[in-house]
This record gives sequence, structure tokens and C-alpha cells, in this order.
Amino acid sequence: MWHGIDMCSLVYSFAFVPCACEHQGIVDDQFTQLRKLEDENSPHFVMEVASLFFEDCEKLINNMAIALEQKQGVDFKQIDECIHQLKGSSSSIGAMRVKNACIAFRSFSDGQNREGCLRCLQQLSHEYSLLKNKLQTLFRLEKQIVAAGGSIPRVH
Amino acid sequence: MSCSSGTGNFVKLSGLLGEIHRCALVKMSMNGKFPASTCRLPANSRLKKAKEIMHRSNSFKKWNRYLIFLWLLGFFSVGFIWFLTSFNGVPSEGTEKIPPSCEDNARILLQHFNVSKNQLHALASFFYESDQVAFLECSRHSGPEKPSSDDITCALNVLCSKKPDFEKQMWVAKSSELKDQCPVRVENTPSAHDLSFPEHDSYVVLNAVSSLPWEHHTSRKNISRRTAPGVQSKDHCENLSFCMVKGCWLLLVGLVLSCQIPGVRLKLWRSRESEPAPLQPVPQKLQLLLQQKHQQQAQGPPKGAGKWRKKLLIIFVLMGILTSIWLFWHLNQKINLRREETLTNMCDERARMLQDQFNVSMNHVHALALLVSTFHHGKHPSAIDQKTFGEYTERTAFERPLTSGVAYALKVLHSEREQFEKQHGWTIKKMETEDQTLVQDCLTENLDPAPVKDEYAPVIFSQETVSHIVSIDMMSGKEDRENILRARATGKGVLTSPFKLLKSNHVGVVLTFAVYNKDLPPDATPELRIEATMGYLGASYDVPSLVEKLLHQLASNQTIVVNVYDTTNSSASISMYGTDVTDTGLLHVSSLDFGDPLRKHEMHCRFKQKPPLPWTAINASLGVLVITLLVGHIFHAAISRIAKVENDYREMMELKARAEAADIAKSQFLATVSHEIRTPMNGVLGMLKMLMDTDLDVVQRDYAETAHASGKDLISLINEVLDQAKIESGRLELEDVPFDLRSLLDNVLSLSSDKSNDKGIELAVYVSDRVPKVVVGDPGRFRQIIINLVGNSIKFTQDKGHIFVSVHLVDEVKGACDVGDKVLQQGLNLVQDMSSKTYNTLSGFPVVDRWRSWENFKTLNSKDAVEDPEKIKLLVTVEDTGVGIHLGAQDRIFTPFVQADSSTSRHYGGTGIGLSISKHLVELMHGEIGFVSEPGIGSTFSFTGSFAKGEVSSLDSRWKQYDPVVSEFQGLRALVVDNRSIRAEVTRYHLRRLGISVDITLSMESTCTYLSNACGTSDFAHLAMILIDKDAWNQERVLQFRSLLKEYRQNGRLNVSTNFPKIFLLATAMTPLERSKLKTAGFVDNVLMKPLRLSVIIACFQELLGNGRKDQVHRKKSTLGTLLREKRILVVDDNKVNRRVAEGALKKYGAIVSCVEKGQDALDKLRPPHNFDACFMDLQMPEMDGFEATRQIRSVETQVNENIASGEASIDMYGNVSYWHIPILAMTADVIQATNEECMKCGMDGYVSKPFEEEQLYSAVASFFESG
Repeated sequence: MWHGIDMCSLVYSFAFVPCACEHQGIVDDQFTQLRKLEDENSPHFVMEVASLFFEDCEKLINNMAIALEQKQGVDFKQIDECIHQLKGSSSSIGAMRVKNACIAFRSFSDGQNREGCLRCLQQLSHEYSLLKNKLQTLFRLEKQIVAAGGSIPRVH
Repeated sequence: MSCSSGTGNFVKLSGLLGEIHRCALVKMSMNGKFPASTCRLPANSRLKKAKEIMHRSNSFKKWNRYLIFLWLLGFFSVGFIWFLTSFNGVPSEGTEKIPPSCEDNARILLQHFNVSKNQLHALASFFYESDQVAFLECSRHSGPEKPSSDDITCALNVLCSKKPDFEKQMWVAKSSELKDQCPVRVENTPSAHDLSFPEHDSYVVLNAVSSLPWEHHTSRKNISRRTAPGVQSKDHCENLSFCMVKGCWLLLVGLVLSCQIPGVRLKLWRSRESEPAPLQPVPQKLQLLLQQKHQQQAQGPPKGAGKWRKKLLIIFVLMGILTSIWLFWHLNQKINLRREETLTNMCDERARMLQDQFNVSMNHVHALALLVSTFHHGKHPSAIDQKTFGEYTERTAFERPLTSGVAYALKVLHSEREQFEKQHGWTIKKMETEDQTLVQDCLTENLDPAPVKDEYAPVIFSQETVSHIVSIDMMSGKEDRENILRARATGKGVLTSPFKLLKSNHVGVVLTFAVYNKDLPPDATPELRIEATMGYLGASYDVPSLVEKLLHQLASNQTIVVNVYDTTNSSASISMYGTDVTDTGLLHVSSLDFGDPLRKHEMHCRFKQKPPLPWTAINASLGVLVITLLVGHIFHAAISRIAKVENDYREMMELKARAEAADIAKSQFLATVSHEIRTPMNGVLGMLKMLMDTDLDVVQRDYAETAHASGKDLISLINEVLDQAKIESGRLELEDVPFDLRSLLDNVLSLSSDKSNDKGIELAVYVSDRVPKVVVGDPGRFRQIIINLVGNSIKFTQDKGHIFVSVHLVDEVKGACDVGDKVLQQGLNLVQDMSSKTYNTLSGFPVVDRWRSWENFKTLNSKDAVEDPEKIKLLVTVEDTGVGIHLGAQDRIFTPFVQADSSTSRHYGGTGIGLSISKHLVELMHGEIGFVSEPGIGSTFSFTGSFAKGEVSSLDSRWKQYDPVVSEFQGLRALVVDNRSIRAEVTRYHLRRLGISVDITLSMESTCTYLSNACGTSDFAHLAMILIDKDAWNQERVLQFRSLLKEYRQNGRLNVSTNFPKIFLLATAMTPLERSKLKTAGFVDNVLMKPLRLSVIIACFQELLGNGRKDQVHRKKSTLGTLLREKRILVVDDNKVNRRVAEGALKKYGAIVSCVEKGQDALDKLRPPHNFDACFMDLQMPEMDGFEATRQIRSVETQVNENIASGEASIDMYGNVSYWHIPILAMTADVIQATNEECMKCGMDGYVSKPFEEEQLYSAVASFFESG
């Protein structure tokens, strides 16, 4: 139905961003599933979940960073727990690349490889910021659409 | 002859035919532009070749026509030849042989006549000197001599008495005969005589009369006899020509068939080929093409036909050669036959004439014998002495031109010898040598006297020429003796064998007649005859001169050589005449009867020359050969032409197939590549968009925006190219799905509204009432066309005016006189309203006459077209007030990649492909597209499209999303205040879609009057809203309305239950700030942003009028919803994101969800009594994981159950539930068998994968919720 791209509307962008994210592997089908859960009763469900996720994620990443910076003996158990948490929530929200980063991270933490863990943490935080950026763009668009008097196209 | 002349004609004609054929061929080749001999393709230029091939294939048909023409020509010419030959046979043959035969006959007649005449002459001379007493007897005896003048005797008898007259009469007769020398006048003789001698009605006349018919008869018989072979030969000729014609016919028919059949096959093949092409998808099409090509190569049907034709041609040529050989042989045979026949005729004729002449002579000798008998022995004393005899014989010698002399020998017995010798005064002498009678050149005196014999035959009289034989005893010669004995025994003339004559040294024979003393009966015995013998008359014949003279008389004696032989002794024939001849092939032998039965003579005739070459046969056969070869050549040329053309055709087909394949491959490539480009481009665009949302400085933002705009242009270009490629490759197929045309237009409007609002252009859509709600067609493509046209309009409209899309039925505009639709009337009234300052258009700016944009449409002009009732034709017009298209470019705007002019793309961008695609799409919809444009005023594009009427029920849910809402507004009334009627109509159209009936007033002032008029009526009671356009906006008036309405309400004239009419402002461009200002100021209840569309109106109205009717929009609940509805579910997860997600998901299905984050909490929550229906538990949790939690929950439950069962605890304590078992489902990300088993072991009821999958969740939940 949507042929011309010349209709550069918010609606298009709004529809496009998740597609682009999914195309780049930032999010997967789970995210679409989540968006499907939005309805009149919970119009901002995704936004809500996402902010929970961001909050949680930032805290965990922070924890892990601190843990890895410990000079005398890194608490890999703690890191492992953190990764598990992060992996669970990222898979729930459908943040695929974050999840994949977690999986990679976990193999290093299992191997008690600090350097690897540090690298992975960096990667993880990068993926996280990417995801956050995307989702925030999406939410801003949503807000703009609502502000312009339009209705948010629901995913069915 | 007739045949040969016929063939001569044939040859000529065939030459002509050949000429004609050649002409035809030359003409043909000229027409075809490739003369057979000179046609050489330039091998280096392929293009040229292909062109030429095309040309040739065109002339291929022409060729076939020429072949048929050729065939007809051949048929006619052969028929004509046949006709000629059959016709020629008749007249030519009659005249051929007659002249010579006639001449011959005339000569013969003349001869006979002369003979008779001579006879008479001889008689006359005799009378002259002798007594006439014995004449009677003599004439009676000489009767056989004059077979043709039997009547003479009577005439003479009568006339004899008039002796003085006789002489005169003889003379007259002679003279008259002299006159009759000319043979031609023979037939006229009777009349001539009648004229010249009227008083002498005498025998001459009689003679002529009596004799002529006979001759005539003979000649006629002769003619008829000669005609017979002619007829025969003619028959033969007919047969021959008929056979030839038949043969030619068959061959021609065969050839033509051979030409026609492959033609038909070709045609069939072509049509079969062209059949399946269009609807194949591309790869199959490609494959099909290749397959066809292979088939072509494998089968090669025309090639086989070509071979067949060649074989036929060879057979034809061979048959022609055979025919010509046969014709030669046949004609040669005929010529030989004719030659032989001629020879036979000539030979027979000569033989007969010789025989006749000889017989005449013989008769004369016989007559002489009788004369002697009459006058010598019958008279006493004898009337004849040597002198008389000599003189008479000398004078009548002309009668016997062939005899060298006659002599009479008396029969003298030995007893009478002395007396005889005494009487004559000489002794009987003997011949010197026995075998040389009359020949020796010596004096009689020198001869010895004859020896004593029984009888002697001394010569007593002799002609002067042979006077030397007087007194010689003829019996002394052996030959002569035998002759004499035979003659007297038979009483007929007897011949000796030939010998050399004495003086002339010619070969001669002696004829001997016996003279009897009395008249003997014809059946007298030999003894009687011997008894009666008185003497012997002998005559010697000079055969060569006889024959020579005879031959001299006859025509064409130059051509043949005649030999006469005595064949009495068959083993050793004696030549009597003629030189030794060389064998010239043909020989005819005719037997001669000289009256002597013992002797046999033959005449041998030969042609002098060898037969000449049979030119007629050679010519005819050569002619046939030449014709055959010519026709063969023509057909060969034709066949090779056909083969060549067929080859070219095949080659062309191959090239065509290749070109088509290449074309399809190109389109396919384009489509694929375009698609491949589009995917990453989406990424690029998305990223750019995101980049623009990040914190960028001004320059960066500018770069990003430029990149984004370019990317968008590229994408749109790619999309268009893709469409174009799809259209070109024929892959673009239209869908047939029902859709709501009005919603679709709303959608288009909403997409374009951004730009139009930016530019300040008013954008509106209007659909006629008569257009059904649901139509069946391709919504995507329809929308694409409209988007394209609207996009163009927006692009080319500068900051003023409007763009107006209207949809009508074609039927509505067909009859211009009864246009009911108000929007359509606008175009008609346009001209009339020109005087007023503003135009009666949407925005007040002038527009072009939209009627002109569709005036050339065929569908509009064909008024009698019978329409399918299920089909509707829509007419869509997109009207703008843009820059317009200048006239020079108007005819090429539908060409792909061509814009009105090159500056257009500079100013406005774009590729110019959109209109081309639109045109193709319209054509696919069986419609037409047209436009009218005036620079400076604007353009109007119109197109038609064929759609089917659809049922509302058949609509996809996508189109139905407003259906429940619409019913809310049913029955309401609205008042539209707008100073432009068209715009008011558009508003009315939108409101009517919601079931709101609309009244229109053109200004605020009239609204007041309307309100006061309507006050109190039911209409006013239902008046729910007043929509005021911004152009008609007037703040004071609005306040006036408010107070007016309040007043009416207070007066109680308004029903309390009805709501107060809401006031809306219709605005094109208005900032949110202005809007909120107006709203808070209380002027309006809400502001409706144009372009008007259903969703906006509904949203706007719902906000004000709707009383929380959101519930009415029921979503279709899934089965999961029915299962989980109102179920209380506890979600246990330490991760709050997960918790929230799970909660959201379950809530969606209607479940009431509680969350805890620790296993311990779950344990507390689930300690009976509780009111949870299920628990979803995460497995991995800090402190207490899912397994442990479950185990503990289960142990608590077991304990409680035991207590209840054992009665330790009352059932009331545990919420009247006798058996506690909460379904616990594990939530796990990694569903593996081991986990599953462990779950079961620790007392879980099942598991669900962590991001919930509907299917899996359902199956897990269903197992324990379905029953309850």
C-alpha cells in the first residue's frame, strides 16, 4: 500500500523506525509482539517497558563496570548474575543485539576472562545506547504524532 | 505433318511462355528487392540484414501469390497449346497430299487419253490406206485396247458411212484434243466441246463424258485413301498432346501443392507460436522462448518440405526430358513411316504405270497380230506384203514407243519348206547362235540355211528397223523356239528373259504372239491352238527406255531410284533397268505383271538420298526440353527463394526470440536490482532520519537533511523504475479486491496534506453520491495514480489556490445536459461566473475547463456502448491552479523520462516517469487518461478506470475500521457555513459519509436567518454542529450565534435532552497555539484541520460528542482471551522488564495479573487460601529459583490438602476448596528437554517460552483452563 516514499510524514517514519531496527537486528520479533500488546487500555506499554529496561540495564551495566574495575579479584559470579538479568530482560523486550552481546559476555565471564569481559562490556554498552537511541526516537515520534492530532498506527 | 506443324507452334508458344515466365520472375524479384542472381547479403551489417529479412518475410506472401499466378499461366498456356495442336491437325492434312496426287492423276488421265487418241489415230492411218471391210473385226479385236472408249465402236459404226466427213472429224478431234492439253481444264471439257462444236454432237463428247467420271471417281478415292492416314496421324497427335497436357497438369499441381502445404504449415506454426505468449510469467516465458527455438531447430518443417519440393522438381525435369526423348522417337518414327509410305506409293504407282504401258504396247502388238491374221491370212491374195507391213509398222511405231521393232514369222512345216522357199525366193536361214536371236549384227545372206526340222518359223515381214531378220528361222533359236511354242499354246503374249539388244545395247525382252487362222474360243486347248497357228508376231522391247520414259513422265522422279528385275529365276534375278545402287536404307519392292504368267518381274524402288535429319522431331523435342528446363529453372529459382525466405524467417524468429528474451531479462534484471537497491536504501533513509533526530548542529542537520531528501528521491525513482520495468515486462497485474474508494482517497489526502499545508494550498476530495461505497479493483494502483497526479499538482502549484480531486461515474458526465451533481456543475457554470471577482472554484482561483480534459475519451463518446451492470466506470479528475504545461510540451508528457521541458526538472525535480506509469496503469484498468492545461491558470488531469461494484460485506477489515463509529453520528444534522459552494459541497460530502445531513449557508448573516427560521423545528432539534469555514469566519457573529442558541434554549424551545450545537472552525493552516487560543476563548468547540478526511472528523467529533464510546470498538478477541479472561495470574520474575512484559501480554488476554519478584514472595502469595488461578514462574531467580519455589509451594499445598482430607483443617479455612493445586508454568528462554523434565519433577504443570508465543502459550494454558 505504501508506495511513494515522498510522503515523508511522521506516520511513515514511525512505521519505518521499528522496521529499520528489525532489519538491522537491533530488535527482533519480540519487540513487534510487545508493540502488539499496546491498545487503548495500555497505550504506552512499550514505552513503559522500555524505560524499565533502560533503567535496569543502566544499573546492571554500571554494576558490571564497577565489578570489573575491582583490582583485587573480579567477582565473576556477580557479573554472571548481572548478565543473566540483562539477557533475560533484553530477550523479553526483543533487543536482539543486546541479548547477543550478553551471550558473548557470558562466555567470557564463565571463562573468567577480564579483558574479554571488558571488551564485551564496551560492546554491550554500545549496543545498549544504540537501542536506546532508536527507541527514544520512536517514542518521540509517537509523542509528535499524538501532539499533531494524529492517531498512532497500531500494529495488528 | 499436322503434328509437326502443331509442335512447331508449340515450340514457338513455349518460347513465348518462357519469355512470360522470365518476365514474371524478373518482376517478382524486383518487387522483392532481391533479384535471384544478384542478391548478396552484406555479411558485415547485421542490422541491415535483419531489416532486409523483415522485408523479405513481407514479400513472402507476395511470392506465394506469384507462384499461383505462374501456375495459372502455365496451365493456360498448356491448355492453349493443346487446343492449337488439336485444331491444327484438321485443316492442314487435307491440303497436303492432294496437289501431287492430283497432278499425277491428271497426268495419268492425260496419258490414257493420249493412248486412246493414239489408238484412234493409228486406226485412222490404217483406214487411210487399207480397206475398211475388215475394220469391224479389227476394231472388235482391238476392243481391250480402248477400255475407256467402249462407246467408240457404235459411234464409228454410224459415222463410217460418211467417209468424206470422217477425215475432217478426226482432225477436229485431234485439234480439240490439242486444246485439252492442259490438265486443269479436263473437267470443263464437256461444256467446252459443247460450245465449240455444237453441230457435231459426236463421240468425242461422249467419250469424254463417259471416261471422265471414272477418273474423277478414282481420284476421289485416292483422296479419301490418302485422308485416312492423315486422320490416323491426327488422332495420334491428339493422344500425344493430351498425354503431355496431363503430365504437365499433374506436375504443376504437384508443385503448387508442395508450395502451398509448407505455407499452410508455416502459418499454423506461427499462430500456434503466438498463442501462449502473453500470460506467462517471465522465467517460463524465457524458457518457452528457448524451447520454441529448440523445437524450431529440431523439427525444421520447412526444410523437409523444401527437400520434398526439390525431389518433385527433379522428377518433373526428368519427366520432361523423358517426354522430349519420347517425342523425338515418336515423331521420327512417324516421319520414317511416312517416308516409307511415300516410297510405297511412288513405287506402286510406277510399277502400275509401267505395267499399264507395257500392257498397252502388248495389246498393240496383239492388235498387230490380229491385223496380220485378218489381212494376210484372211485375204486371198494377201493384202499385206513386206512393204505394206513395213510401212504400216513404221507408221504406227509411235504407238509402240518401247518396241525396237516387230516382225512376223510364218509357221512353215518341213513339208512346205521347199514350196515356201520357192515362193519367197530365199531359203530359210538359221540363227547364228542359238541364244542370240535378232541380235547379231550380220547380214542374212551370210547365215546358213536352217537345218532340217519339223517346222520352221521364218520371218516374212518385219519393220524396217529389223529388216535384217527376214528369212531367219525363229525356231532355230532356243529361247525363241520356247517362246514360240509357249505363245502358240497359250494364245497370249509371251516374254523372253531379258538380254542385250543388238543395236541400242539396251536390255530388252521379246514378246511373241501367235497368229491363228481362225477365231478360237478362249477355252481352246493347246492342241487346238497349235493346229490353228498360222504364224508368230514378235516384238522386241527396249525395257530401259520404256522405264526411263515412264519415269520421266512422273513427278519426283529425282528423289527415287528405280530398278526393274526379272525374277523368274528367283535365285538369280536379272536386272532389266537401273544402275547398281547404293543402299540408302529404305527399299520397296512392287511386283510387275507384264501379262506373261511364267515370267515374274519386280520393281525395286529406293530413295536417292539418305533420309534427311528429322528436324521437326528434333525441334519439337528440343522445344519440350527447353520448356521443361525453363519451367524447372523457374521453379528451382522459386524453391530456392522459398527456402531462402524460410531460412531468413527462421533466423528472424530466432533473433526475435532472443530479443524478447533479452528484453524480458532486462526488465527482470531491473526489477531485481531495483528491489535489491531498495532494501539497503531503506536502511540508509532510516538511519539518516535517526541521525536527524540526534543532537546535530545546523550544518550537520542541513547535510543530513539533504542526504535524506536525496535518498528519498532515489527511492522514489527506484520505485518508479521498478514499476516501469514491471509494466514493460508485462508482470504488472492488477488485483481485484474490494476497497472503499472514499477511505482510500482520505488516505491519499492525509499523505499529501503535509506538503499542501506547507504550501498553503487547499486540498480537497469529493466523491459523487452515485459512486458505490465499495468497488472492486486494485486499490494500490488506483491510489498510486492519484498520488502521482496529486503529487504533480502539489509540485507545480505555488502557494495559492487549490488541488481538487473529484470522482464521478462516467455516466454522469455523458449527458452534459442533466448533470445533477453540484460539483460537476461547477465546470459548466465556470464560464458564466467569469464576471464575478472570484471564481466559483474551491479556492476562488480560476481553473481550466475540466470538461475539456475528457472530451476525447472514447468511453465518453461511444454513447451506445452496452455496459455490464456489474461494471462501473469511474472518472477521476485532479484539478489544480498550478503553473500549467506550456502548449509545446503537452503532447509528450506521457513519454517516460520526458518532462514538459528540461528546465522543469531543474525547478521541480522528478524524473518524468510518473505520468508514463500512470498512463500504463490507467490502460491496465481499461481506462484513458487525458488532461487540459493552460499556462498560468492550471491543469486538470482526468482518467477513467473500469471497476466492479462490490458488496460492503466483502470489505477487508482494514477498510471497516470506522464502521462502528459512523453509526454514532447517524441522524445528526449539521450546518455548514461557507462562502464557496464547492467547498461547502465537499464538506457536505464528508459529513454525509458519517450519516450527518447537512444544510449549507453561504455566509454568517444568512446563518442567523437560517437559525431563526429553523428554530423550533425538528431539524433544529437535531442540529448537532455548526461548521464554519475560516473564510467566512467572523468572531462577533459566532458570539452572536452563541447567545442566539442560548436564548433559544432558555426559551425552552430546545429539547433538554439534545446537546447544545457545537461550533467547529474549518481551517487549512493554523498553528496549535491559535487553535488553543480559539478554543479557550470559547469561540469554537474545536478546530477541524483541512484537508477534511473521515478519520480527522471522527476524531474531532468523538472528542466532543462521543461519550466514552471507545468500548464500542471491540476488538476481536482471540481464543486465548476467552481462556484467560478474568483469570488471576501470578507472575514471578526477578527481572522487572520481564515481569512487565509478561504482565502486559497476559493482560492483553484479559487476565488479572499480579507480579512478584522473588520466589519467597510467590511462596507467600500462593499459600492457601489464595485466589490465583495460575502462576507463571521464572526459573532462574536469585535466592530462590523457580524450581525451589515450586517445590515449596507444592509441599505447602500437599500439607494443606492432607489436613483437609484428614479433617485436621476445615475446608472453610481454605476458601471452600477441598483440593489445592495451582497450575504453575515455567517461563524459560531455553526450552530444552532436560529443563522440561526437571520442571515436571519439581511439580510444575508446564512451561512457556519466555517471550510469549501465542500458540505455545495457548496450548500450555489450555490444558488446565479449558475444563474450568
